[in-house]
Amino acid sequence: MKAFRGQPSIYKQSDSKRKPADLEIRRLSLSFGGVKALSDIDLTVKSGDFFAIIGPNGAGKTSLMNCITGFYHSDSGSIIFNGKEITHLHPHELVRTGIGRTFQNIELFPGMTVISNLFLARHTHYHYGFLPACFFLKSVRQEEIAHRRVLEEIIDFLEIQSVRNKPVGSLPYGLMKRIELGRALALEPALLLLDEPFAGMNLEEKEDMVRFLLELNRQWGQTIILVEHDMAVVMSIARKIAVLNFGVKITEGSPSEVVKNPEVIKAYLGDDSVL
Amino acid sequence: MDFFMQLLVGGLSTGFVYGLSAMGFVMIFKSSSVLNFAHGELIAIGAYFFLIFVTWAKLPLVLAFLFTLFACFLLGILIERIFLRPLIGENLIFVIMLTVGLAAMFRGLILLFWGGNLYTYPDFLPKALGVDRGIVHIPPVYMATLIIGIFFLIVFGIFFKFFSQGIYMRSVADNQRAALSLGVNVRRVFALSWAIAALVAGMSGVVLGVINGINVHNLSAIGLKVFPVVILGGLDSIIGAIIGGLIIGVLETFTGGYLSTSLRDVVPYIILVIILLVKPYGLFGLTEIERV
Repeated sequence: MKAFRGQPSIYKQSDSKRKPADLEIRRLSLSFGGVKALSDIDLTVKSGDFFAIIGPNGAGKTSLMNCITGFYHSDSGSIIFNGKEITHLHPHELVRTGIGRTFQNIELFPGMTVISNLFLARHTHYHYGFLPACFFLKSVRQEEIAHRRVLEEIIDFLEIQSVRNKPVGSLPYGLMKRIELGRALALEPALLLLDEPFAGMNLEEKEDMVRFLLELNRQWGQTIILVEHDMAVVMSIARKIAVLNFGVKITEGSPSEVVKNPEVIKAYLGDDSVL
Repeated sequence: MDFFMQLLVGGLSTGFVYGLSAMGFVMIFKSSSVLNFAHGELIAIGAYFFLIFVTWAKLPLVLAFLFTLFACFLLGILIERIFLRPLIGENLIFVIMLTVGLAAMFRGLILLFWGGNLYTYPDFLPKALGVDRGIVHIPPVYMATLIIGIFFLIVFGIFFKFFSQGIYMRSVADNQRAALSLGVNVRRVFALSWAIAALVAGMSGVVLGVINGINVHNLSAIGLKVFPVVILGGLDSIIGAIIGGLIIGVLETFTGGYLSTSLRDVVPYIILVIILLVKPYGLFGLTEIERV
């Protein structure tokens, strides 16, 4: 299984000049009718960060993620990515600025094979024109081969060689999550957002996923924002953590700082006075 | 035997037209899960556009046909832009009711401009197009229908298989959120699916106009016949729409020929009811399994 474990070429230039991914969120608010999903959220994510957003159910983690990726549009506040205002951009425009994501509930094309699922993520990187494509000229062939090579490297990295040509719908859940990660990587995002990548996985699958994410971040400098429930995992891999509760950011800091914060303990374990 | 062949050819070519117009209907349903009740009116509008270009503007045939397709394409984009886009994200039932309203509006407009009379196109198809060998007699009209139908099937097959916009449309139909997260412009896909649906509807309008003459009520009734066709073929299958169209078309002409002409228009709906009872997802439809 473990054939090639080199560095995928999409990360080759990362030593000299890393892909910049500076995200800044200023006073972001979002409400659905009378429910305030997010109120006055401030966040700063720097290039190369492994940033985790945690919080109890309904804290607004996924809403925040949907705001960053353009699926929701906030009521007020602004989101700035690499110095560019992206608050009101649509999802398809955000992909071009370098933001890729995965979903909490897997969103793949179940009837298609793994490789075709990955191929759709490459479409923003295709450059050849209509006429050369008609005649399948050499330049077109070379471009196709280059894209296929990128995908094969991702497949090798995620160790999914054996399921390359299987329809996604027939795969086990943990593997589907891995393929969704692979598809997000195929977009070559500067900033990768993962919405609960460990949900519903068994221990072994979690360990694999942790290994992939750590390698992506520590070795190759991929900037990652992670939304997760599993405290144990988050505490051991994230460099910085923000805690949300009822749409408000309680605290932010390194894992060891966050666990000591009394507000966080209250949000997770309940109030002493109630007990 | 002669009579049988005649019915078969007639049935297959009307079936092709049904199938093509059902294809437009399925396309909208697949990409945005909207049931378009104004489909029959789009068919009628196509027929009237061609009437304008041929009899009033007196354009050459091919040019008039191309203009009609182009006008229908534009109309589809306009409908999506003006009426459908503001309703994105609203409850689906509002959107479906809107198409019912659109149907009434278009029919009213056509009646206002042309009245309810029967129009016919000038006879323009060359006699040489027909086939007359042994027991096979195919009139020029049906031959033209078959050629146009097969041509468009091939074009759309290539479009969905190889063109990036076609692939985007398939991806949106498959999983809208995933497509969105991969940078597919979903609004453009919606606009395009309405445009293509209107184009295909307009084309079948022209063909039906050549076969049966042009009348608002007859043509928009075809829009209703799309329902048995797509239910038979499966609501979300384009191939199913074509095959469903062929089956309904053949059954219709055979009942008309062998049983009684008054039964002819009822047969599709009888099939509709039976299919819904026996095979609710149609012949090629995706069976949805709910996991609880």
